[in-house]
Amino acid sequence: MSDSASDSAVLNPEQKVPALSELFTGFLAISLSGFGGVLPWARRMLVERRGWLSEREFAETLAFCQFLPGANIVNMAIIVGSRFHGAAGALTAFAGLVGVPLLIMLACGALYLHFGEFEMLRGALAGLAAAAAGLIVAMAIKMALPLVQERRVSAILFALAAFAAVGLLRLPLYWVVLVLAPLSMVWCYWRPR
Amino acid sequence: MNENPIFSLALHIALLSLVAVGGVASIVPELHRQTVELSGVLTEQQFADLFAIGQAAPGPNVLFVTLIGWQLAGFPGAALATAAITVPTCTITYFVSRVWERFKYARWRIAMQKGAVSVTIGFVAASALLIARAADQNLTAFGITAATAAIALWGRMNPLWALAAAAGLGLAGAV
Repeated sequence: MSDSASDSAVLNPEQKVPALSELFTGFLAISLSGFGGVLPWARRMLVERRGWLSEREFAETLAFCQFLPGANIVNMAIIVGSRFHGAAGALTAFAGLVGVPLLIMLACGALYLHFGEFEMLRGALAGLAAAAAGLIVAMAIKMALPLVQERRVSAILFALAAFAAVGLLRLPLYWVVLVLAPLSMVWCYWRPR
Repeated sequence: MNENPIFSLALHIALLSLVAVGGVASIVPELHRQTVELSGVLTEQQFADLFAIGQAAPGPNVLFVTLIGWQLAGFPGAALATAAITVPTCTITYFVSRVWERFKYARWRIAMQKGAVSVTIGFVAASALLIARAADQNLTAFGITAATAAIALWGRMNPLWALAAAAGLGLAGAV
C-alpha cells in the first residue's frame, strides 16, 4: 500500500458496499472465530478478507471505539454497519456479532443453573475460574505497562487511586468515576506529558 | 414490593455501561458490589463461575452480564441485562460516530481519552484483585491464575488453551 493511497482516510471511492446479509455474516464469523480475543480476527475479516476498511481506517476506528464506552468490538460493528447502511446496517452488524454468542451464553447459563453444583463440574469450574482470573490479571498488567515504561507519573497515580478506591476501599464505582475521571482528564488537558 | 432484583440491577448495568470504557472488565467491581456484597443475589463462587464462563465462551465479553441476568430471572432477565449493557452504548456510538471526524484531533478529546484510560486501568486492576480473590481458594488455583496470566502476557499460544487445561485439571479433581 502506498502512502498516497492511505492518505485518503475517509472512504475508498472504489470500495464496494456490502449488502446487509454480508454485514451479518461478516460479523457473525468474527464473533465465532473470536475465542479469547476478538480484535485480531476482526482486523483479519474487515481489512484482509472483506476489504471493508483499509488498514488505516481500522486503526482509526479502533481508536474511536476505545474512546467510547462499551466493548470495542460491539462499537466497531455499530460503526462499520452504520457507515454502509445507516441504522439498519448498525442493527444488522450488531445482530450478527452478538446473536449466536448470546444463544451460546444462554445455553451455558442454563447448564450452569442445572448442573453447577455437580461435583465434577464444580471442579472444572473452579479450574476455569482460576484461569479466567489470570486473564484479567494479564489484562491489567498489559494496560498498565505502557504507563510505567513511559514514566507517566500522574497517570500512574490516577490509576493507583482508582485501584485503591474501588479494589481496596470498595467504594461505589460511580463516585470514584465522578471524582477521579474529570480530575484525570483536566490534568491531561493542562499537562499533556 | 417484592420485585425481582433484576430490575434495579438492569438499571445499574445501564448506568455502568456508560463508564465501561473498553468493555466489561472495568465495571466488574461494581457488578460484584451490587450482586454479591449489597443484595446477596449471587454468592462469591457463583460470581466467579459466571465470570469464568463469560470469558471462556465466544463473543464480546460484555455478555457476562447476560449470564447474571439469566441466573437472576431466566430468559427475560438475560434479555434485560443484555439490553442494559448494549443499548445505551451502541446508541452513543451510533450518534457520536457521525461527528467524530470533527473532533478527532481536538486537544480536549485526546485529553479525555488519556484521562479515562488511567482511571480505567485502576478499575481493571481492581477487577483482577476481586476475581482472583473469589476464584483462588487454594494454592493450586492461585498457581493456575499466575500461570494463565503469564501465558496471556508472554506466551505465544492462544490463552484459551490455558482455560481448557485449567478446566481439565479441575475436572480431574486437582483444584
